Formats: sequence, structure tokens, C-alpha cells
Amino acid sequence: MRQAAAVAKEVRFGETARRDAWWASPLAVFLGLCAFVVYTTWAALQGDHYRFGPYVSPFYSPELWGSSGAWFGPGRPAWYPRWLFFSPALLVLWVPAGFRLTCYYLRGAYYKAFWADPPACAVGEPRKHYWGENFLPLLIQNIHRYFMYLAVVLVLILAKDVWDGLWFTSPSGAVRFGVGVGTLMLATDVSLLVGYTFGCHSLRHLCGGRVDRISECPLRGGLYRCSSALNGRHNAWFWASLTWVGFTDLYIRLCAMGVISDWRILF
Amino acid sequence: MNSSATFRIWRGDAQAGEFRDYQAEISEGMVVLDAVHQIQARQANDLAVRWNCKAGKCGSCSAEINGYPRLMCMTRLNDLPLDRPVMIQPLHTFAVLKDLVTDVSWNFRVKKTVKRFAPRPADAPDGTWRMAQADVERIQEFRKCIECFLCQDVCHVLRNHQLMDQFAGPRNYVYAASLEMHPLDTQNRLADLKDRHGIGYCNITKCCTKVCPEEIHITDNAIIPLKERVVDEHYDPLAMLLGRLFSGSRNKANTRA
Ligand code: SF4
Ligand code: SF4
Ligand code: FES
Ligand code: FES
Repeated sequence: MRQAAAVAKEVRFGETARRDAWWASPLAVFLGLCAFVVYTTWAALQGDHYRFGPYVSPFYSPELWGSSGAWFGPGRPAWYPRWLFFSPALLVLWVPAGFRLTCYYLRGAYYKAFWADPPACAVGEPRKHYWGENFLPLLIQNIHRYFMYLAVVLVLILAKDVWDGLWFTSPSGAVRFGVGVGTLMLATDVSLLVGYTFGCHSLRHLCGGRVDRISECPLRGGLYRCSSALNGRHNAWFWASLTWVGFTDLYIRLCAMGVISDWRILF
Repeated sequence: MNSSATFRIWRGDAQAGEFRDYQAEISEGMVVLDAVHQIQARQANDLAVRWNCKAGKCGSCSAEINGYPRLMCMTRLNDLPLDRPVMIQPLHTFAVLKDLVTDVSWNFRVKKTVKRFAPRPADAPDGTWRMAQADVERIQEFRKCIECFLCQDVCHVLRNHQLMDQFAGPRNYVYAASLEMHPLDTQNRLADLKDRHGIGYCNITKCCTKVCPEEIHITDNAIIPLKERVVDEHYDPLAMLLGRLFSGSRNKANTRA
């Protein structure tokens, strides 16, 4: 195709005629994700301090194997390699990690922030060749909907954790209803995760996006509208839920370590 | 507002060219296209610029203003910093014909390769159809497109990688979506979108959405839903199996004549 040689074109990495702070948003994404990955890795590798009273950290739920309260019993599963470091978080964290890493919003954001493809709109790129998501390895991103199915199950389990977080055991052993700051943190966490997960593009597609005549099933139409409404702010739900899940883990962790004490609001 | 400002306009053709500075008188409410017209009338009669409506509706006056793809008629001078020259260039992705005018005919040629609208047989004896508002709502957004090709210009697959032979670009995905999601349409464009039109090259970085003057949610409402439909028919084994077992689960129009 004919190109005019003399027009000022961004051909080199970072070259652009833009005058605004185009680098600010990819930089913020880069720093935000790095901070989260560092904290999550650290927290997941602790293998301890993830339960306090009736609360369980969302990084460690569902606890399949691990402490005495785990679904399938204490210790590590028999099939788990001996030589590999074990933490109950490692058995579940791959689900939200896979779900988020293949999320359409985040894909677009990290292709910019981590791979500079492009660094920002109308800014020069570092590489000439380009495969996009048309070939392996990135073709694998099409697996997203399977992570979505698992993420929906996970959200239901986390909702059950909020319910469990309402029942406190007194020193005498009696179980009483109550609401602590931790309960509210878990409830907020689930609400934000619902906003994020139910606005997922794959879920929106499943609800009604795949169908041309939505009007023929009112339930489908309703679900599609709800999912679309959440989808409109999918990036905001992404960041809000990501940040909050980290804070919730930190709160429960600090309570369990005795650094802070949980404040009981009701009863 | 200052009473005059400098405009650094690219002058030349496909072979060679340069930026030239022009002073223009400015007054309240002016847009970039007004300044370009003033320069054309008073200082550079041979300055080529394409325009038509001056109302953001014909899609002719696309250019790059301070490095960002915009409509010249919808960019107000009081939204630009005037302490430095305002830089105006032709669209980066397409070949320059002269000055600010580029050859955008490639976009129309690719559009012609999208399978045409093929409605089901008429619903009523008088040859008319019945559609529910809820079913056409989604595609009404796509019909706002004014074919300014700012989205095609900014998309890095075309802009930086020049994959014109393999990638149809966001404007043409909006067009394909408006047909593919139409409640009356009977065609299937998904194999074409995957192979011929290269929708897999889009890495959903949303630059097209950001520059669209009609504020069409190109990535979220057209491209990603099309990608999901392509996954249904070409990548997801479960959906492919269910699609075989319950053919017509997409309720394409041909399932109800
Ligand atoms: S979202 Fe896709 S089509 Fe739009 S600019 Fe980015 S790569 Fe191009
Ligand atoms: S989709 Fe928007 S940016 Fe692209 S050609 Fe149409 S109006 Fe212009
Ligand atoms: S698109 Fe973001 S979670 Fe599915
Ligand atoms: S002149 Fe018609 S869109 Fe600008």
C-alpha cells in the first residue's frame, strides 16, 4: 500500500505526535497489577493466618485441603507432589487468576501495559511482527468462558463464606449471630465480585448475546440487560473487586496475626 | 482566548511533503476546520481538505490533530492548547493524495467482502416483516456509524502492522455485527470473520472505541460479541457439540420462516 514518506509517522517505539500524558494509564495498570501480583503471591505462599473467627480469606476459599476446617481434611492431598511447596491457596487461586488473565478488559490493558502492543493509542510499537490472538499462544485466550463457569461457582462459595461470617463462637462454645467489620468486608468483596463476574463478556454472551431474537424469551432479555448494564463499567468492577479482595485478605491476616482486632458492630 | 494562533499543517503528496506554519485569527466558538478554511481562503488557496457537513455527520474531515485522530469540524479550538502550534496531519494509516486528503477507498473495498443482508421470507402477504424493538435495539447503535474511518486509522493492526490483506478493521466489524445480529438476517458470517476478516488479530485494546466520534462501543458491543460467536462455532468444543445437537440454538432467522 502506498504510504507518504514525509508525513510525520510514529515508526519507532514510543514515537508519537500526541502531546497528552498517554503513558499515564498504561503505567498505572502496570504498577497496579505488579503490586497486586506481589502481594497475592506473598499471601498465597504464607499458608497460614487465613482464618480468623468465622472468617476465611477469599484467597484461601474454598479450603479444599489444609487446616482442620478444610473440605477434604487436614494436610495436603495424597496426589500433591511431595517436592512442591504446598499452601491451600494454590489449589484455588488458579481459578480467579485464569479468569482475570483471560478477561477481555484485562487482556486489552496488559497488552498495552506489559507488551506495548500498542503502548497507547497512536503511539509507535517496539516490534514489527504481530500475531494478535489469531494464532497460538494467544489463541488460548478463547478459553475464557470455561474460567467464567468456574468463577461463578467460586462466587457462590464466597457468598456462603459471608453467611458463615455471621456466626461467632463465644469462648463458652455457644454460637451466636453477629456482624463484625470482617463480615462487612467479606460481603463487600462478594458484591464487587458479583458485579465483575456477572458483567463478564462471556456471561453476557451466554445470557443473550449469542441470540438474535432476544425478545422471544423475557427471562433471557432481562438477564442480558442486567449483564450488559454491569458490562458497561467492567473495568471499574475489575479494579474495585481486585483491590478489595486484597484488602479483605490483609484484614483477616492482620486479625489472625493479632496485629489488629476485629471490631464487632452487632452483638 | 488569544486573537491568533499558529497551525502547523502537513503539505505534500504521496511522494514528499513538509509541515508549514500558518497564522490564523481565532474567535470564540471556532473549530479546527474553521481555521483550516480561513488559511485556505487567505493564505494557501491550494490547500486540499475534504469536508462536507461541518456538523460531525458526514465523516469527511478526519485528520490527526496534535497526534490524535479526530474530526476537524468537531474539535473546538478552546479545547486545544494554543500556546504551541496546533499540529494537523492527514490520517496516518492511509495513503496521502494531497495535503490533508487521504485515499480511504480500501475501507469500502473490504466492506464489499462482507456477506450482504439476506432477510428471511416476508412475514406478511404484503411483503413486510415484523420485528420487536428489543431485537433491533442492539444494532441501532451500529447504524450511527458515519464512516469517518478514524477507528481504522488508529487501530494498530492497520496503523503499525499494515495487515490490510488479513484484517478488516473495526469499522467493518461494526458493519458485520449490524448484519450478523439482525433479527431478520439468515446469513452466517462467522467463518469469514475468523478467516478472511481476521477478527483474531484484534487484541481488544479499544483505541477504536476511544476515537469514535459517534461514541459507538465498537469493542464491547460489536467486536467482542462477534469474537464470542466465533468461539461458539470454531473453538469451544462444548458449544460446538451443543450447536450440533440443538441446531438453531442461536435462533438465526432461517429457523423461523
Ligand atoms: S480494539 Fe481491536 S479493532 Fe479496536 S483498535 Fe484495538 S485492535 Fe483495533
Ligand atoms: S465506527 Fe465510529 S470511528 Fe469507526 S468509522 Fe464509524 S463513526 Fe467513524
Ligand atoms: S470479560 Fe472480563 S471477566 Fe469475562
Ligand atoms: S465535515 Fe462532516 S464530519 Fe466534519
